[in-house]
Amino acid sequence: MSMSVATESHRVESHRAESHRAVPVQMYTQPGHAGYWRKVWAIAAKDLRAEVRAKEVLGTMIAFGLLAVVVFGLAFDLRVPQGAMVAPGVLWGVILFAGVLGLHRSFGAEMDRHTLPALLLAPVDRSAIYFGKFLAQFVFLAAAVVVIAPAVVVIFNVNVLQGWIPVGLLLGLIGYTGVGTLFGALTAGIRARESMLPILLMPVMAPVFMAGIGLTANVLDGRTFVDFRHWLLLLGIYDVVFLTIAYLVFDMIWEDS
Amino acid sequence: MSTTSLRRARSAGTSGLGHIGLLVLNIGAVIGMAGLMWASLLYALPASNLAGDEQTAQRIFYIHMGCNFGALAGFLVSLVGSVIYLVKRDLDWDRAAQAAIEVGTLFGIGTILTGIFWAKPTWNTYWTWDPRLTTSTITVLIYIAYLLFRNGIDTRQTRARFGSIYALFAFASVPLTYYSARWFRSIHPVVFGSDNPDAEGGFNIGVTMTHTLWIAVIAFSLLFSMLMLQRWRQLRLEDRIFELREEIE
Repeated sequence: MSMSVATESHRVESHRAESHRAVPVQMYTQPGHAGYWRKVWAIAAKDLRAEVRAKEVLGTMIAFGLLAVVVFGLAFDLRVPQGAMVAPGVLWGVILFAGVLGLHRSFGAEMDRHTLPALLLAPVDRSAIYFGKFLAQFVFLAAAVVVIAPAVVVIFNVNVLQGWIPVGLLLGLIGYTGVGTLFGALTAGIRARESMLPILLMPVMAPVFMAGIGLTANVLDGRTFVDFRHWLLLLGIYDVVFLTIAYLVFDMIWEDS
Repeated sequence: MSTTSLRRARSAGTSGLGHIGLLVLNIGAVIGMAGLMWASLLYALPASNLAGDEQTAQRIFYIHMGCNFGALAGFLVSLVGSVIYLVKRDLDWDRAAQAAIEVGTLFGIGTILTGIFWAKPTWNTYWTWDPRLTTSTITVLIYIAYLLFRNGIDTRQTRARFGSIYALFAFASVPLTYYSARWFRSIHPVVFGSDNPDAEGGFNIGVTMTHTLWIAVIAFSLLFSMLMLQRWRQLRLEDRIFELREEIE
């Protein structure tokens, strides 16, 4: 963030130096949907670029995820005869816990670096900030799942990437990071942010968690699409309902700052 | 002190008539609960199709259902309070939502505890992942999180706004949790040898039991209103004390 601000002001100054007319900084705004999504992408790209340079979030999420899979593997080793019995729960449980590590950094990092005011001053709709942050978090968690899910395959000897499971994971991650990003914004300014976020997030995630496990278990049992399509529907409904509420209320979060 | 704060100082406490109203409500709630104890333990005839421990334990049903009724009322009031707060930005609605959630959570915990005591003799287990048990537990956890969350926010307006936003998410997730919990069970082996989890421990309702149920509804309505209004008033006074302290400093 600070880096992009710096280059921006640098550009403005060099512009002023070469042409003596004192042209005020022109805000480049593109109307319509295309312009909106460009702004969303600009916010997301900023977070992704910061992550590529600082490597702060993704590494922690993957390391924690792998560690958790190994811990569960050891924990169930003596008592569970078949990995398929616990693999769905392990997969979704680990994703939920690993996700929190990224979500609390989403706005938490902005608070720590005092860059939140600059972000809020960006000439974009507040909802564009939300969707940009959401997109970046989605990419982080999806990248972590790309490592965590194969780890579950190896440790529990079950193919959790077959059939409709990846689709369920996609829908689940949308709902999870969508609500998580908003709750990350709510908890960014409070004491004990790191411990408060999972307490707020986990119970609201119960439908996603149950639908994910239900879907994964059904696919692993070799059921037909008709037997588990309601889980995909539930995940879809969850995504639509909660992203809509998030879109409606996000404006209210920083109205006094 | 400005005139508005003077007016608020007067309205923050309760006027004379309000005091009498609250007192009547208190007494009504006490009589209602005492009446419910008598009705559920003595007046209601035992369930005809149950025997032994199960028959005795069935009497907890009136308290169980009453608590559930109170919890539901609390969470509904909290939704209304939160939405109105977000629209009108009147802190009194936020206080109403907080009072409703505190009392609702208390009743929710009551529902779960009485359910646990009832389940052991009837189902021979304290706990099962029945959709209703799952939903009520997760709902209570959500609202406990709400109360913890509010505690962590220092600015009064921010606390109200963030609390109201979280209350919206909390309430919206309850029906989805219920449906996922209902579908979730269907993939597991059914523990009680029947498709209907209510089947074990069900009973036929007689006339005296219907009467007792009505007494339970009235008694718990009084108890809920009393606790909720008292807590609402207390929160109003708390904010008032805080405001006055700010003015002095």
